[in-house]
Amino acid sequence: MAEYSPPTTEQEFQVNFAQLKPRMNRTEAMLESSRCLFCFDAPCIQACPSGIDIPQFIRQINTGNVTGAARTIYEANYFGNACGKVCPTEVLCEGACVYNLQDVKPIEIGRLQSFATRAQMDSGEALFGPGTPTGRRVAVIGAGPAGISCACELRALGHEVDVFEAKAQPSGLTVYGVAPYKITNEETLAEMAYLQGQFGYTVHYNAPIASRADVQKLEADYDAVFLGIGLGSTSTLGLPGEDRVGCVGAVEFIEQLRQQHHAVAVGRRVVVLGGGNTAMDAASESARMGAEHVTLAYRRSKSDMGAYDFEYDLAKGVGVEGLFNVAPVEITGNGKVEGVRFVRTATTGGQVQPVPGSEFVVPCDMVIKATGQSKQTVFLGLIEGLQLDAKGRIILDSRTGQTTNPRYFAAGDAGNGGAEVVNAATEAKVTARGIHEYLMSLK
Amino acid sequence: MPDLSINFAGIKSPNPFWLASAPPTNSGYQVMKAFDAGWGGAVWKTLGVPVVNVSSRYGGVNYRDKRLIGFNNIELISDRPLSDNLREIEEVKKRFPHHAVIASLMVQSRQEWHDIVRASQDAGADGLELNFGCPHGMCERGMGSAVGQEPNVLRTIVEWVMEVATVPVIVKLTPNISDITEPALAARQGGANAISLINTIQSIVGVDLDQFSPYPIVDGQGTNGGYCGPAVKPIALNMVKNCAQHPGVQLPISGIGGIENWRDAVEHILLGASSVQVCTAAMHFGFGIIREMTSGLEQYMREKGFQTINDMVGRALPNVKHWEELNLHYKVTASINEQKCIGCQLCYTACEDGAHQAIRLNEGTRVPEIIDENCVGCNLCSLVCPVEECITMERRDDGTRHETWQQRTLAGNIPSEFEDERAGGRHHWVPEPAAALGKEKHKTLPGKARQFETVPASPQIVSE
Ligand SMILES: Cc1cc2nc3c(=O)[nH]c(=O)nc-3n(C[C@H](O)[C@H](O)[C@H](O)COP(=O)(O)OP(=O)(O)OC[C@H]3O[C@@H](n4cnc5c(N)ncnc54)[C@H](O)[C@@H]3O)c2cc1C
Ligand SMILES: Cc1cc2nc3c(=O)[nH]c(=O)nc-3n(C[C@H](O)[C@H](O)[C@H](O)COP(=O)(O)O)c2cc1C
Ligand code: SF4
Ligand code: SF4
Ligand code: SF4
Repeated sequence: MAEYSPPTTEQEFQVNFAQLKPRMNRTEAMLESSRCLFCFDAPCIQACPSGIDIPQFIRQINTGNVTGAARTIYEANYFGNACGKVCPTEVLCEGACVYNLQDVKPIEIGRLQSFATRAQMDSGEALFGPGTPTGRRVAVIGAGPAGISCACELRALGHEVDVFEAKAQPSGLTVYGVAPYKITNEETLAEMAYLQGQFGYTVHYNAPIASRADVQKLEADYDAVFLGIGLGSTSTLGLPGEDRVGCVGAVEFIEQLRQQHHAVAVGRRVVVLGGGNTAMDAASESARMGAEHVTLAYRRSKSDMGAYDFEYDLAKGVGVEGLFNVAPVEITGNGKVEGVRFVRTATTGGQVQPVPGSEFVVPCDMVIKATGQSKQTVFLGLIEGLQLDAKGRIILDSRTGQTTNPRYFAAGDAGNGGAEVVNAATEAKVTARGIHEYLMSLK
Repeated sequence: MPDLSINFAGIKSPNPFWLASAPPTNSGYQVMKAFDAGWGGAVWKTLGVPVVNVSSRYGGVNYRDKRLIGFNNIELISDRPLSDNLREIEEVKKRFPHHAVIASLMVQSRQEWHDIVRASQDAGADGLELNFGCPHGMCERGMGSAVGQEPNVLRTIVEWVMEVATVPVIVKLTPNISDITEPALAARQGGANAISLINTIQSIVGVDLDQFSPYPIVDGQGTNGGYCGPAVKPIALNMVKNCAQHPGVQLPISGIGGIENWRDAVEHILLGASSVQVCTAAMHFGFGIIREMTSGLEQYMREKGFQTINDMVGRALPNVKHWEELNLHYKVTASINEQKCIGCQLCYTACEDGAHQAIRLNEGTRVPEIIDENCVGCNLCSLVCPVEECITMERRDDGTRHETWQQRTLAGNIPSEFEDERAGGRHHWVPEPAAALGKEKHKTLPGKARQFETVPASPQIVSE
């Protein structure tokens, strides 16, 4: 089944991970933007979590006002370029486009969005800038979509912002997690540089906020703190053999892939555990890395999978095979992974039950666990008075983003439990307005 | 099997499609190639006095993704030596004896006209077309549209030509005039055998936003040119109809203007043209478009049972009336097919902002609803609806009453003041002006951060 040979050079990697939404050229943008109907109260806008005025920016592209289009996009969403490429547009804006009701291909909103923003980034011309200084200072923890969006909006409102990021690069999972065929590192980092160039916040890299002392220092130095920390590492399953060499977490595997590209080794036979979008990504990615056989194992039926249909189709399209109604019971092997022992399952009354005596082993030399990310509960426990809900999400006021500790605000995966880049970017922008409200109320 | 051949004022050709006098008919090479491809005739690029052309010469009107929906030029007549053109006409006629070759002519004095008419006839031209239309360059020298706009001068020149003409003479009219039938009548009075229309419309197709100059740009400057292409068809059709309906004109008409496919040609024919000429479409897509045109025309004739082109000529004319002859009792209102509607709500905004506030949006559905009592049946919604046959205009009167404004006037039954029961606007409500305020606000606004309306909105903008 192997369709891809293992990439041994960066060029080969780029071929295997060719962009699903490549950049449009001007002719393409002209043709595509011509099709937009300029709907009233457009359903595409309603479907976009950041509420970008889509018909407006498409019309602006069509009339040659590409800068105006970029402004329309960035006014609603600072991750305008990234979102154009990584958003599940099939279920958001493009999924809502009225053309679908005529069985006509919907407008390629995502690619048009990236077309305009990328052209603006390349021009280097700033659209926005910092507001009049207010003298207030905010610490932002995490340079992911949430942290950076919050920093941009706070700067626009005139506050000083320092971002503290544990890793070496900005943009969080956009550079460490999203599949490489959706966006390249270059694309992501260019947008980050463009934003920072306009707004002038500071990012401290390799600067994890990890101890009570770190937290106290922030509280002493800043008027408010924004938590844009996202989620944690892949959670453990508690299976026997989970510690064998070759059994890895999806988030960690993908991060390595995004950073080291062809230098990453995958197994010949790979089993991916899980039924969410991350599982689909991990499966597609292993196949594109040249794995000979990739099996996607999920404990319920295909239709119960959390992943979007188009994500599953994408995985199937590169040769991934689905194995449904099975639960892993053990990672077999002798030091190294040699297989996964499964038991078949039956779902009765919504409950997944193992079918006794149905165990079997799928031989493999790599297991990727895509069974969810843990919450950063330990770190959050360092903050006084900060309450989490039963699922480990930060409790916050949906209008202002304020947490149960009034000086702390939060948005993105840390608050919503894990969604998309567009949600993190939008919530963080909203939250920045909440922080502004709070700062301006301080005497 | 329908017969596409025509006999236009004595000029025979295997089909009604001629190339108009323009760059595609600039040389024997092109005309032969066109005949070889299937064109029925060609009006040679206008022959006349020596001229000098500028570059660039053409300007285009692009609409969204469509290029050249309108086209203009500041070109003059043929800048090739007359003797070359005549020799090539002769050669083409030898190879294509049954195709129509028409010499287009433009000179000044009576003697010059006599000379060029004789020379063209000697070369074997099947007919002559007098170019009284060129709206730029030549008119400054007292030719082209300068003549076309002066019916008396036009008639005199036609008379000069008729003194020596032995082949049919077509007068090509300029649309740059308020009443096209005036020069048409003058052509008839001068003795012409046919008319052709339209030549190009004086125009500026656009202005370069960086160079502050009209297109086409000649060393940073420009001038008005002649407009043609698909965009001019409505104007051409109306003028063709005016000439065809005028009882004094009574001449065969060669329809020109915006013809790009068989449908455009049929429209010209139904309004009275008995041959058609094509320029821009051939410049845009090449001679190959003739295959689609002839096959489409043939299929149409087959479907409608027309044996010859003549069966079709002017078939729409009886239905082209003056406004005061239209039935005032005929009433249609819009009707939306909910199954077809895709919910774009373009009809809603169109009627709300551009018509009569006769469409309403309802909670829970994106399918708009027509408010029957306020729909005046103007048609706007059905024109903007992007879905075929989704909005149809349904007849609401019982078809028993027929009364025209003319009849009312004769019967003394016309409203004399706006309060009059018989005045139209009285039965049509319009919302109170103040109801307009704040109405746009229910729309989804950019950035769903609308909860934050109380705090300063968007970031301050630097580059403006
Ligand atoms: C495998 C995978 C694929 C995905 N694919 C898509 C996709 O295709 N499209 C899409 O829209 N979404 C996708 N998502 C979801 C999307 O990436 C997230 O919703 C989004 O990145 C959340 O943004 P965030 O800023 O809240 O968190 P993150 O992006 O997780 O950013 C958090 C940042 O905070 C830093 N940080 C954390 N703790 C600390 C600390 N204590 N001190 C300093 N820094 C800290 C982290 O290093 C990180 O940079 C995917 C997620 C995963 C896991
Ligand atoms: C570049 C150009 C040159 C033209 N030159 C002539 C000409 O020399 N003589 C003439 O009678 N009409 C001339 N015309 C007008 C065309 O014959 C025709 O009347 C007009 O273009 C409308 O037809 P269309 O819409 O098919 O282009 C010219 C048109 C163009 C575009
Ligand atoms: S729904 Fe589709 S057609 Fe309508 S405005 Fe949005 S992108 Fe354009
Ligand atoms: S314009 Fe047509 S498709 Fe669009 S909402 Fe109106 S009826 Fe429906
Ligand atoms: S026909 Fe005219 S008045 Fe009637 S609903 Fe349509 S746009 Fe409105």
